[in-house]
Amino acid sequence: MKNILRYVIVRAALTLPMLFILLSVVFVVIRVMPGDPVSSMLGGHAPESVIEKKKEELGLNRPMIFQYVDYLWQICRLDLGESMILKQRVIDAIKLKIPATIELTFFGMLVTVLVGVSLGAYAADKRRSPQDYAIRIYGIVIYCIPVFWLGLMFQMIFGIWLDWMPIAGRTGARVFASTFEKTGFYVIDTILIRDFAALKDVLIHLVLPSVTLGLMLSGVFVRLTRANMLDVLKSDYILAAEARGIRHRRVVYKHAIMNAFVPILTMMGLQVALLMAGAVLTESTFSWPGMGRLLLERIYMRDYPTIQGVIVFFALIVALVSLVVDIVYALVDPRVRY
Amino acid sequence: MTTADTILALKDLKVHFPIHIGTVRAVESVSLEIRQGEVMGLVGESGCGKSTLGFSILRLLRTPGIIAAGEIVYHGRDIVQMGRRELLSLRGKRIGMIFQDPLTSLNPLFRVGDQFVETIRTHEKQVSRKRALERSESILARLGIAADRLYEYPHQMSGGMRQRIMIGMALVLNPDFLIADEPTTSLDVIVEAQFLDLLNELRAEFNLTILLISHNLGIVAQMADRITVMYGGRIVETGPAETVFADPLHPYTQGLLASIPNIKLDQPALHTMPGAPPDLVNPPGGCVFHPRCPRATDICRRSIPGLTDEKGRWTACWLHAPRD
Amino acid sequence: MKHSPSRKMAVLFARFAVMGKKYGVEWWILVVGAAIITGVVLMAVFSTAIAPFDPYDQNAGPQLSPPSRTHLMGTDNLQRDVFSRIVYGSRTILGVAVLAAILSSVVGITFGLISGFAGGFFDKILSLVMDSIYSFPGLILAIAFAAMLEPGILSITVAVAVIYIPTYFRLVRGQTLQIKEELYVEAARAIGASGRRILWQYIFPNVIATTVVVFTMNVGDAIMIEAALTYLGLGLPPSIVDWGMDLSMGRRFLPSGVWWLITFPGAMISILAIGFTMLGEGLAEILNPRLLEK
Repeated sequence: MKNILRYVIVRAALTLPMLFILLSVVFVVIRVMPGDPVSSMLGGHAPESVIEKKKEELGLNRPMIFQYVDYLWQICRLDLGESMILKQRVIDAIKLKIPATIELTFFGMLVTVLVGVSLGAYAADKRRSPQDYAIRIYGIVIYCIPVFWLGLMFQMIFGIWLDWMPIAGRTGARVFASTFEKTGFYVIDTILIRDFAALKDVLIHLVLPSVTLGLMLSGVFVRLTRANMLDVLKSDYILAAEARGIRHRRVVYKHAIMNAFVPILTMMGLQVALLMAGAVLTESTFSWPGMGRLLLERIYMRDYPTIQGVIVFFALIVALVSLVVDIVYALVDPRVRY
Repeated sequence: MTTADTILALKDLKVHFPIHIGTVRAVESVSLEIRQGEVMGLVGESGCGKSTLGFSILRLLRTPGIIAAGEIVYHGRDIVQMGRRELLSLRGKRIGMIFQDPLTSLNPLFRVGDQFVETIRTHEKQVSRKRALERSESILARLGIAADRLYEYPHQMSGGMRQRIMIGMALVLNPDFLIADEPTTSLDVIVEAQFLDLLNELRAEFNLTILLISHNLGIVAQMADRITVMYGGRIVETGPAETVFADPLHPYTQGLLASIPNIKLDQPALHTMPGAPPDLVNPPGGCVFHPRCPRATDICRRSIPGLTDEKGRWTACWLHAPRD
Repeated sequence: MKHSPSRKMAVLFARFAVMGKKYGVEWWILVVGAAIITGVVLMAVFSTAIAPFDPYDQNAGPQLSPPSRTHLMGTDNLQRDVFSRIVYGSRTILGVAVLAAILSSVVGITFGLISGFAGGFFDKILSLVMDSIYSFPGLILAIAFAAMLEPGILSITVAVAVIYIPTYFRLVRGQTLQIKEELYVEAARAIGASGRRILWQYIFPNVIATTVVVFTMNVGDAIMIEAALTYLGLGLPPSIVDWGMDLSMGRRFLPSGVWWLITFPGAMISILAIGFTMLGEGLAEILNPRLLEK
């Protein structure tokens, strides 16, 4: 146990420089962009004096270095500023929307892993068979299909033509979220309050968006799993396990998958970035009230502080997830522990 | 050819690997029998087919390898024709196998004890985990390994210990036949010696028959009762170890033994055999060794010699064929 | 002596088949990919000839009519012919994607070379920056850029290009470091000019092969990002004909059963992306079988 703790601390410490760079990059990008946020906020025709006054108010006239330090200091305190348009702290806006995104990405990742890993393992096991080629083609094609188009097609087929599932939002017309909303995670909330009709409604609203999101990434996992499995299946310990009479299915779906999974976990970290990108598009398509939609809304409103805040938040998540993945990696593979 | 106490008999076995440039004839028309309780050494240079032979006994050939023809008869049952279920019950339980590199032969993600338990419970489903661990402990004790090692991972052990773990796993279900494929190649000399001693002891205790596959003539000389020499996928000579070493019949065996450097002799140069191992996709016609044989004659180039019996020793060489 | 066209086709096909035998499935994947790309490129180049209507013509036909003989892909809510918009849209998407890829590669390769050769603190900092950008979700970065810049072809190209600079940077920097190391070792051994020649013969083709593959994949990805940005309404003004834009404009009518406004643009994006990906995969396998695990 001690080993793992030491690893966690060291690894966490290593995250800081990366985070620092990321945040600095965000700061530079937003400041350096052409276009003046204040003048567009006040409507293009405001007089100079008003613009200047507003800038003064927002602290945009101070030297860059002060703004930079302030920015970093604020982030340390998890203060992401205040919206320029609405009277709302950015952090509050985020807190409101984040559970929706987490629910979506969680179930999406679930679909991805289930579909991707099983197809990948199956393809590796049946190497060079027609099923293998079909699965490999699936892997290539599914990534190239834009996630928003996939979503629209699903909406069209399952939502409109077949009318099996709703195509927008987290809950239906007769279900009022305010009755059960506590944590923001509707699946949990409805269970806590034992409102199973609402639970069913929430789940059915989750189906299309998470399947859409999940399938998009599954291609990557199929290829990854297949490649890793092929490597693993060549290993001596697989041969040795078969020599001891262990059944083929167990050898492939337990021994081989576990060993192939370890590098997949690392890749999962990279995929979270893709997952977030996909979530933005999925939320837009399914009118899902999460972080992605928040970002887009505020972009249309030109609410720069919120935009910056959301992006900073994404950066924090990326760093955190990368850390978590490495830790889980260390837990699973006993060889990796400083 | 088959005597009463033969437990494994290979009859005209052919193992082929069809690849894009042709078919690699890794094992060609091999007939061999191994008797109860003996250690049969299988020697030859790299690529002669000995390891492939070892793997084919348990049908562990990697794609695209296939057993093209022949029989592998174990206690009267032909392994080549066996159904899946019977084959699985054979592996690990009646025939055990140990491999060259114990580090890569043990699953790095699972504790050693778990791997033992899995082996036991695969074949004896009703055994409880606790009981399985007890049995593992007892065999480890026999091998001189402390019981708490069962809770460790393979990478936490030394090479010699891992090799003993591997033997333990191979023997935990009391098989009567053990295939050892290059078991000492990855061990250093001292550990190797300990390993061989251990193997000898276990052989007596467990009443094992061992097929010892190695390119190291030294360990085979120490351990084997009989030895079989392979070349180019075929058997060239078989016989009691002492006799073969003292008086090799086949020119290849002679060359092999002559090329072992002798520290006591004052050799000006190493003895080598000219030429290179044969192309297994297009083997030479006639005797597979004839291109390199210093005593090849016309008939050697034309026809493949069969195994001929000469006082309990078998040789595939026209020089020793009966004159008729 | 002239050969008939059918004879020429036969010879061409025979040559293809021989290559196919030699390289296996990957060759056919490459061929299919190249064929798709060629098709779309031709569509872009010869738009004026292929498109039956002017894509901006708001009087080309009835409003929101399904595919018919005059309007192969139907018409939209502004009475424009969808097929013509698809044909002209290929210009936008291809143009942006290729331009962005070129921009990425030039910037990324340059910085990679400099960083690799210079080494030291500069290299460390630059690598850290590039790694950070690389680990960040590309689309979100692109959205940030597209949101900050005025909509237009240049803006969207820059937004898309930024994401891939780290890829080229890392690739070239890695190769540069490798060459540097080999050169030092070689100098120490004083092998002489022939050694250097071998180095260039070995490393250079490898670098070029990898770069070409990465570039192809880059264009494929850029297509997806461009479509995503325009779908979200960012990057391009509505006056430019674009598949992603048409997709977002068309989805409003989906609940009314209007399927042709979203099916065709989306399918085209997918097909084009698949084309580039297949080309990239095929090239990767053929140019260097060790790049991709079989």
